[in-house]
Amino acid sequence: MKINTLSQLSKLREDGAAVCQLRESGIGGGSTAEILVGMATCGVAAGGKQTFAALERALRNRGLSHVRLVKVGCIGSCYCEPTIQVNIPGQEPVFYGNVDEDAAIAIVDSHLLKGNVLESNRLQIGYEKAGLNSKGQKKQQRIALRNCGSVDPENIMDYIAFRGYEALGKVLAEGNPEAVVNSIKASGLRGRGGGGFSTGSKWQATAQQPTGEKYIICNADEGDPGAFMDRSILEGDPHSVLEALAIGGYATGANKGIIYIRAEYPLAIERLKIAIVQAEELGLLGKNILGSGFDFTVELRLGAGAFVCGEETALIHSVEGGRGEPTKKPPFPSISGYLKKPTTVNNVETLANIPPIILNGAGWFSGIGTEKSKGTKVFALVGKINNVGLVEVPMGTTLREIVYEIGGGIRNDRDFRAVQTGGPSGGVITKADLDTPIDYESLKEIGSMMGSGGMIVMDDSDCMVNIAKFYLGFTRDESCGKCTPCRIGTKRMHEILERITNGEGVPEDLVKLERLGNTIKISALCGLGQTAPNPVLSTLKYFQDEYKAHVIDHKCSTGSCKGLLRYRISEEACTGCRACVKVCPVNCIHLANKPAYRIDSAVCTRCGACLAACKFDAVIVE
Amino acid sequence: METTKSTAMDFSKETLKALDDYIESLDDKQGLLIHILHKAQELFGYLPQDLQLYIARKLDIPAAKVFGVVSFYSFFAQEKRGKHNVSICMGTACFVQGAERVYDALRSALGVEAGGTSEDGLFTLNAVRCIGACGLAPVALIDDKVFGHLSEEKIKDIIKEYREGMQDEDQYAESAV
Ligand SMILES: Cc1cc2nc3c(=O)[nH]c(=O)nc-3n(C[C@H](O)[C@H](O)[C@H](O)COP(=O)(O)O)c2cc1C
Ligand code: FES
Repeated sequence: MKINTLSQLSKLREDGAAVCQLRESGIGGGSTAEILVGMATCGVAAGGKQTFAALERALRNRGLSHVRLVKVGCIGSCYCEPTIQVNIPGQEPVFYGNVDEDAAIAIVDSHLLKGNVLESNRLQIGYEKAGLNSKGQKKQQRIALRNCGSVDPENIMDYIAFRGYEALGKVLAEGNPEAVVNSIKASGLRGRGGGGFSTGSKWQATAQQPTGEKYIICNADEGDPGAFMDRSILEGDPHSVLEALAIGGYATGANKGIIYIRAEYPLAIERLKIAIVQAEELGLLGKNILGSGFDFTVELRLGAGAFVCGEETALIHSVEGGRGEPTKKPPFPSISGYLKKPTTVNNVETLANIPPIILNGAGWFSGIGTEKSKGTKVFALVGKINNVGLVEVPMGTTLREIVYEIGGGIRNDRDFRAVQTGGPSGGVITKADLDTPIDYESLKEIGSMMGSGGMIVMDDSDCMVNIAKFYLGFTRDESCGKCTPCRIGTKRMHEILERITNGEGVPEDLVKLERLGNTIKISALCGLGQTAPNPVLSTLKYFQDEYKAHVIDHKCSTGSCKGLLRYRISEEACTGCRACVKVCPVNCIHLANKPAYRIDSAVCTRCGACLAACKFDAVIVE
Repeated sequence: METTKSTAMDFSKETLKALDDYIESLDDKQGLLIHILHKAQELFGYLPQDLQLYIARKLDIPAAKVFGVVSFYSFFAQEKRGKHNVSICMGTACFVQGAERVYDALRSALGVEAGGTSEDGLFTLNAVRCIGACGLAPVALIDDKVFGHLSEEKIKDIIKEYREGMQDEDQYAESAV
């Protein structure tokens, strides 16, 4: 089947209206009940497949085979995967968390057979879809993630039922690419890949190049370790990205879209492949889309494990099949990109915002957020937080709201220490700044950055020096080696941090770190090197006392830095039983003040064997 | 074009044919070098220099270019790997949940550093950055199976089970992806 006109598309959408209503409100939702099972990577890893199979069996055995079972993407509640949604016509949808096989069966028995919600696994959903009529009551407003968890990513009809491809149809029918660019510009949408550059201006730059071969690339490299916003969108709603690429292609004059995706995301790759085939079959990609005369195709290109390939010039070299080394800008990709042709590079989440902006208008979008940062931002909230998962909040939401209200606070009731945003390019935000509204400018002001959306929460057991070392280790490994400041500079900085965490640091090291960091920032070739020192500089600024404790007193208050630990034996408690002496691998425990033994710190390797062996709690770690 | 000259590695005819067919099916062969290398690694398990040379000749590009690409990307292995690939996640979410300790336990259990293959040829250890299961941190992958909420003890037990060939009972596996 091919869809040749806008009215055919509308007809398909109307056919799917019942499904859409059933999933959103339950009112007027047709006659068939259904269960949606979260099957993104995290859901599957937590046992989603087993849950799905258990539901299938349970439904069959109870004569409920008419109940539709649908695989959907992620609703963002990673902390209680597997999650499911039960939709019964005429009733509000009910979400469940921690649905293992037993819970799945219990839900079928209780909810589907008897009509009683299984309260023990019920999950309250803290988001609502941001639309023209949304009430704005919930902390989380979904635009980019609007369909994640509501549509079957492997079924284009689901996407169409949720107004999919309507935005593309609209711009093609209006036939005015310039108006599309202007509308995106007016919406205030800024790049979600980290840079925060105006998406409309970027499109305009490409559009203004002479007509001819042009490209639009979707950056799905998502290199920030611990961030998975883009993966969730691709796994849960791949068509939104395809549609946006086509709209961007139309607006900028490109007939070819490329999605550059990291090889570590096999499920997202699989779903994108399926989505492309389905869109081509319906004629929503390909030649003469919806009879408009506009041709557009999308191709996938795989990465192969290199963080620097997320940087747009490096990405383009990788798409061309070469080493992903960055090159100097200008020329910007909009002028000379893939195959030296004008190329627009946009992040996945940026693109996912495009169709709603076209449908609801630039004014709607710019009405959400702060003065200079419009719309919402998706964050991957991980680390020492109770509700690990994906959240999407309007710009301007404070960190406190995210951590304490949406995230449910710190795990095990420990103390909040800091949040790292911007990944290896960003910095820490401390308790003092918890009330900063999150937008591009405010985060920069306090020495961090928006980044792509990774948000790592740390508690009082995390050593900030060790965290800084972790990030530097990452950038050192990922430096492509092309420019000296980054290749050698990050290595030296890491060595200094290594020394400090091993207890061999001296106060001058802190001065060196700062000087070297600032030098790398101004001299490195690309964004990787220019931002690599940030985690160190920011922790140096906010946790100076902690660094000082490491280099002056040689103490690590959290005990994270093994090299700084001191083992000693309490003379009062020691009975002289020699249990520790027998297990010490380096023979550094000697008789000192009879009967007590003593540990020779100079030889001790801090393996902890004596601590485990002592029955009298005489071994003390400081 | 010259193809299989004497090669030290064992290029089975069928596997080579599968690679040839794949390359033939592509339009933009040179631009898709990375895809070809992914395919070759999938077929052969790793990318020894002979194979790199073979691909270079096939695409009519310098072998140095192929080597340049292979050595640039961490996904490509030039050494033969063990029967099982053990990948410990050292992404940030896993790191703050104690992945370092799990990593240490793994290194001592396998007796190798990252990139190395255990003496019995069973395991190749890799450190990777985020496999997207941060909600289960700390995590490790053994082949395509995800193991979550790991501790030092748990990972040692899992390795022991694999060694004893009991991995099918995998009581620890969260699930296969
Ligand atoms: C070292 C480095 C890594 C980057 N990684 C990514 C990434 O993984 N994903 C992404 O979308 N942008 C990444 N970027 C930003 C891109 O260069 C580029 O700005 C972005 O893809 C543009 O899209 P946007 O305007 O929609 O944000 C990275 C930049 C640098 C310097
Ligand atoms: S950081 Fe380990 S899975 Fe994401």
